Amino acid sequence: MKITVQLFARARDLAGAEHVELDVPAPGRVADLKRSLASRFPQVSPLVPSLLVAVGTDYANDQTQLSPDVAVACFPPVSGG
Amino acid sequence: MIQITNDTIDYAALTERVRSEQAGAVVLFLGTVREMTDGRKTTALDYEAFPQMAEAKFKELLDEARGRWPIVNAAIVHRLGRLELGDVSVAVAVSTPHRQQAFEAGRHLIDRLKEVVPIWKKENWADGTTEWVHPGTANGSAECGIRNAE
Repeated sequence: MKITVQLFARARDLAGAEHVELDVPAPGRVADLKRSLASRFPQVSPLVPSLLVAVGTDYANDQTQLSPDVAVACFPPVSGG
Repeated sequence: MIQITNDTIDYAALTERVRSEQAGAVVLFLGTVREMTDGRKTTALDYEAFPQMAEAKFKELLDEARGRWPIVNAAIVHRLGRLELGDVSVAVAVSTPHRQQAFEAGRHLIDRLKEVVPIWKKENWADGTTEWVHPGTANGSAECGIRNAE
């Protein structure tokens, strides 16, 4: 399945795009999405171990199930404040 | 009250807003742009956010704090965009009946904000280089050393 992912901060800069469409085997989990992101954008792969993933406006974990209709965002550790 | 803005934060107005006759204590925390970090000179910080999620997380943090302390009023405002030295990037204002509760709640809110709210800062160093701050990553300078794990 195709999943559109929104990227932020250094993840976006390294990928060179704010929105990327990734191929994830169905039924896919967040862990599959991270693998897909790393293989499509090798320059992002050093960030992947610390990458945070959100489905909608909630944090997901590697086991979170994905479907094509969910809004997914990936970003490195936050630094607000 | 929660706000994400590109404008200057009016922290005096924010403090007035949380004051109450039910509260004997008001604590205001301001995060401001610092010039020196580990011996390196900053000229400006650029802040960006995932706004919908940041607002949702701010609401969760306030709900969490209201469950732990008898908060009368609380407000969080975070600024985005280019901030110069000394500018206020974030303001947290809390009022409670007694001072210990206000200090604890205010500290909890800013500490959790730095861990879970999807906002990022980019250093613009005086030598002309730029660098995203991503604590815990290889070249993401850790301002507070807290790894984000939610």
